[in-house]
Amino acid sequence: MSGFVGDWHALLLLVVAGFLPNEVWRMVGLWFVSGIDEGSEVLVWVRAVATAILAGVIAQILVQPPGALASVPDLLRYGAVVAGFAVFLATKRSIFAGVACGEIVMVAGKWWLG
Amino acid sequence: MRLPPLDSPQWKSPVRAFAWGMSAVTSTVLTLVLFATYLGIGALAHDTHFSLLWALLSTLLVWAGPAQIILISTLGSGATAVQAAIAVTLSAIRLFPMVVSVLPMLRMPQTRRRHLVLAAHFIAVTLWVECYRLLPLVPRERRIAFVHGLGCGLVIVCLIATTLGYELAAKLPTLFAAGILMLTPLAFLLSTARNCTAIADILALTLGLALYPLVAMFHTGVDILISGVAAGTIAYGAHWWRGRA
Repeated sequence: MSGFVGDWHALLLLVVAGFLPNEVWRMVGLWFVSGIDEGSEVLVWVRAVATAILAGVIAQILVQPPGALASVPDLLRYGAVVAGFAVFLATKRSIFAGVACGEIVMVAGKWWLG
Repeated sequence: MRLPPLDSPQWKSPVRAFAWGMSAVTSTVLTLVLFATYLGIGALAHDTHFSLLWALLSTLLVWAGPAQIILISTLGSGATAVQAAIAVTLSAIRLFPMVVSVLPMLRMPQTRRRHLVLAAHFIAVTLWVECYRLLPLVPRERRIAFVHGLGCGLVIVCLIATTLGYELAAKLPTLFAAGILMLTPLAFLLSTARNCTAIADILALTLGLALYPLVAMFHTGVDILISGVAAGTIAYGAHWWRGRA
């Protein structure tokens, strides 16, 4: 697989194993949504589930870190998130301040630990 | 960035609404997070010997960070197309409730389903979060154009990041790579927390974080789905019970 295009088999795999199985849920949502009213109670539940699934994705990355993140000790990862969240609350919910603080704690901690 | 007031005549032009949507990518730190995430995806695609076109098409067509990481790593480790497709589709289930909760904000009585196809394709975590923040500032009849602009802007930023990551792959140090991967949980957590005002949302976020590590001990393969539906339903139950009391 070299050059800009690569081989056609890989591009076909992208559509069959990546695009279609991912996109199907967006289209199911589109099909499903026509019967739902913006203020309906079902949407409160749906939004709660979407939020909780996202929380699961966050927890998964922290508990079972992928790739290079696995080289960072558990406590340092959790500590960085707690520090980021504390700064987020202290700065009237500034996402930038929270993310920056979390990153600094993690990178500085890892640097210091070697 | 400041949008004109809802009743301003400036909103009459759909092209302007599209342009404001596109420039809204500069108003959020999540754009920076996406940029870094896609640097990582570009680098991963390079290291797994996919072509640059392949990486760019995956960003354009799949348009969901976790699904792309899963696709690249499963195919790269020699899994079959069926195994990769199953792993991708499980991670993509979360897009369904996002689409269902965002699209009603775009809809007018005369809106046809085909008008919403592109908006539905753009929906992933970032657009979902930004729609809750920005759409109340956009008049309803211009929301589809605005979301198309926002989606196109984000996709362009990510295509650039994919290319840069692909070209830089060999030069990224481990500490930098770890920092990029840490951005996703931090930004997802804080941006969701900022949008949580109702009791159901706050409970869903807290319970979702707490339940996942417990469910993960059972290695079901669909841990995120189980913990998400359970935590979301408990949170909704609390909302319902409070409304009744």
